[in-house]
Amino acid sequence: MSSNTASIAVQNPAARPGFSLLDRYHPPGDLAIWVFILAELLAFGVFFAVYAVARMKNVELFNAMQPNLDRSAGAINTVLLLAASWCVARAVAAIEHGRRAASARWLVAGIGCGAGFLVVKLFEYAAKFAAGINLATNDFYMFYLSLTFFHFMHVILGLVILVAVWLKTRAGAYSAADHHGMETGAAYWHMVDLVWIVLFPLVYVMR
Amino acid sequence: MNARRLDLVFAFLVAATGVTWVVGESGSAGPAAVALILGLAFAKGWLVIREFMVLRRASLLWNLIVGGWLTLVLAIIALTYWKAL
Repeated sequence: MSSNTASIAVQNPAARPGFSLLDRYHPPGDLAIWVFILAELLAFGVFFAVYAVARMKNVELFNAMQPNLDRSAGAINTVLLLAASWCVARAVAAIEHGRRAASARWLVAGIGCGAGFLVVKLFEYAAKFAAGINLATNDFYMFYLSLTFFHFMHVILGLVILVAVWLKTRAGAYSAADHHGMETGAAYWHMVDLVWIVLFPLVYVMR
Repeated sequence: MNARRLDLVFAFLVAATGVTWVVGESGSAGPAAVALILGLAFAKGWLVIREFMVLRRASLLWNLIVGGWLTLVLAIIALTYWKAL
């Protein structure tokens, strides 16, 4: 490569061989996880749209049933997920500065908040099941149970990923120069948080 | 990532969640209440996308895709709510 060509390549990344807009400028983390995240967002998006249309067609039932949900538990769980995302973001910020021990501690805090979400949700489900509510009760509860359980499973997967990232952090696998794996796990966790940010007002509050 | 910036974002997210909870607990209903909670959901989602997912460092295309998802989903929810009034 001549010095002139090299200069153009530095100034304009698109001039590099093999350049791809998606690859060169994709957000932090592995491109594969971002493809997966987009697929997940599409699935949840369809689920939300179907819920919204079902509510529109039977608004009396949805408005009559919604007050029976535990909004305080929903709000606590929102804060727990947000806190978990914040902790994970702080873990990435710490490793960017080479502070591995602090990064691992932030990850533990994030995992704790995520686990707290699962505990609160299980209590919420237990109260509903104890009241004799199940998927067949009516359309509202069918959506409430299936939509929140679909999300619940994603929280579990997110936690498995965070634990794996935490173990690798403790083992010294990440550094200020190389923490691509942590960014990949963080991106998935934030997606789980993003979806709940829509779910909470839609299912628990909007009437 | 700037730690103080992340802390401020988290503080806003918690405060916005508190407002949504108050709206729900007060039994508020109607277009104004729904506009408020969906607007807060958009603000929260956009902050998570830009600051936690760090899409502010990514290309415009990625911001349009993920931000577009949030906008489209909330727009569908708002439209169906309005149609059911």
